Amino acid sequence: MAPQILAATRKGLFTLEADGRSWRIARVDFLGDNCSMVLADKRSGTIYAALEHGHFGVKLHRRGAGQTAFEEIAAPTFPPKPEGLIDTDGFGKTIPWTTLKIWALETGGANEPGLLWCGTIPGALFRSRDHGTSWELIRPLWDEPKRQKWFGGGADLPGIHSILVDPRDDKVVRLGISCGGVWVTRDGGESFANEGNGMWADHMPPEAMYDPNIQDVHCLAQCRDHPKQLWVQHHNAIFRSIDDGQTWTECKDVKPSVFGFAVVAHPRHAGTAWFVPAIKDEQRIPVDGRLVVTRTRDGGACFETLSNGLPERPAYDLVYRHGLAISDGGDDLAFASTCGGLWISSDQGDHWVEAPMRLPPVHAIRIVD
Amino acid sequence: MPRVVFAAAVQRHVPAPPVTVDGACVRDALEAAFVHTPRLRGYVLDDQAHLRKHMSVYVDGVAIRDRTELSETVTSNSEIYVLQALSGG
Repeated sequence: MAPQILAATRKGLFTLEADGRSWRIARVDFLGDNCSMVLADKRSGTIYAALEHGHFGVKLHRRGAGQTAFEEIAAPTFPPKPEGLIDTDGFGKTIPWTTLKIWALETGGANEPGLLWCGTIPGALFRSRDHGTSWELIRPLWDEPKRQKWFGGGADLPGIHSILVDPRDDKVVRLGISCGGVWVTRDGGESFANEGNGMWADHMPPEAMYDPNIQDVHCLAQCRDHPKQLWVQHHNAIFRSIDDGQTWTECKDVKPSVFGFAVVAHPRHAGTAWFVPAIKDEQRIPVDGRLVVTRTRDGGACFETLSNGLPERPAYDLVYRHGLAISDGGDDLAFASTCGGLWISSDQGDHWVEAPMRLPPVHAIRIVD
Repeated sequence: MPRVVFAAAVQRHVPAPPVTVDGACVRDALEAAFVHTPRLRGYVLDDQAHLRKHMSVYVDGVAIRDRTELSETVTSNSEIYVLQALSGG
C-alpha cells in the first residue's frame, strides 16, 4: 500500500495514511479553506498547497521535509497589463491579468532541483527556480497570438491544467489546455508549438472542429517508460498518441461513456491507462448512477469496467481531472470525488477499498510513495 | 491622519491591527497601511493592484466606487474599513 495520500479539497488539505487495510486521516491543514491543488516534490520532500480564497485570492504555501508547519510563499502573479491593451479569449471575453486559479503544479526534472511549473486560469504558464519563493511568467506562451483563440470549458476562462515534463528531456514540457489543445516547448519555455492533429471537437462548427488550438483537452497523461505514448481525456472522446503527441487517434466504443475528466497512464506498461467515466456534459454524473473506473491494457482497443469495491448503491460522484492518481510503481491507484468519496486500489484497479470517511469535495489527490 | 481598519476575516490569514497612516486618497492610505503588513497587499488587491472582486472598502461609512484607481479622497479624520463583500465566500 502507498504510505500517504494527499487530498486537496474545498475545505482544506487532508493527509491520509494506511491503517492496516483501511485508511485514516493523519493530518489536516487549512481546514475550512479552499485548497485547489497539492504537490509532493519527490526530489526534496517538500509539500506545496495552493489555496483559492473566495475573497482574498490565490495563495501558495510550502512545507519542507521535516517541517511541521506550512509557510506562505509567493503565488504566481501577472505583470501590469499595458494600458490600452485589448486581451480577449476566443469568445471575446476580456482576459484579466490576475491569477484566478492555480490549476496545475508540477516539479521540473530530476536534474532541476527547485524548479516548479505552474499552470493557471487565465491560461498562463509560470516557472519557479527556487522552490516557489519567486515566479516568472513564461512570456513566449503568454505573448503567443494564438492564445487569444483559447476559451473556457467548464470554467469561464481558458486555463492550463496539465503539465508533463518529458522523462527523456527536462526541456520538453507538454501542456494540456482547456480549451486550447496540447502545446509543447522543446527548449525549456523559449518557444511553444500547438500539436494535436487528429483530435476533433463535436461541439464546434465544422470549420473549427479539427483545429488543434481549440480542443477541449480535459486531462493529458504520459507513460513514463514509453513516453512517446500519451493519452488525452477529451470533452467528447478519449485520444491516444504513440508518436510524442504529433498525431492522435480516437478510441472507439468506450463503455459506459467516453466523457470524463481524469486519465492516468501506467508508468511502465505502454498501452495501459485508467479513466473515470461520466455522462457528458451538462449533467456530469456517473452513467446510470454507477460509479466505475475504466481501464485499457491494449492501447485503447478495449476497455474494462472496474467496479469491485466501488459503490453498489446509486452514487453520483464526479471525479475531477486531478482526482485520479497513480503511484510511481504503477500498482497503487486512488481517486476521489466531488461528493467526498475516496477509493484506493493496490492492484491496478481490480479491487477498491473505500476510505472510511466523507471528505469535502475533492479537487486533486496525490499518492506519495 | 486617516485610520485603516481591516475586517476580522482577513486577519484569520494575516494579522493586521488598525493603523493610522498618511494619505489623501484611498490608494495612498492603503499602500501606507501595507507598508506595516506587506503580505496583506495581495489579500486586498489583485495582480493589477485593483481592489479584489469580492472585497469592499468603506470611507466614513460610504462604499467606494472607484475599485480600479482607488481615487476617493480621505481626510485626516477618515475611517477606512476594508472588508470582504457579501459574495465570493
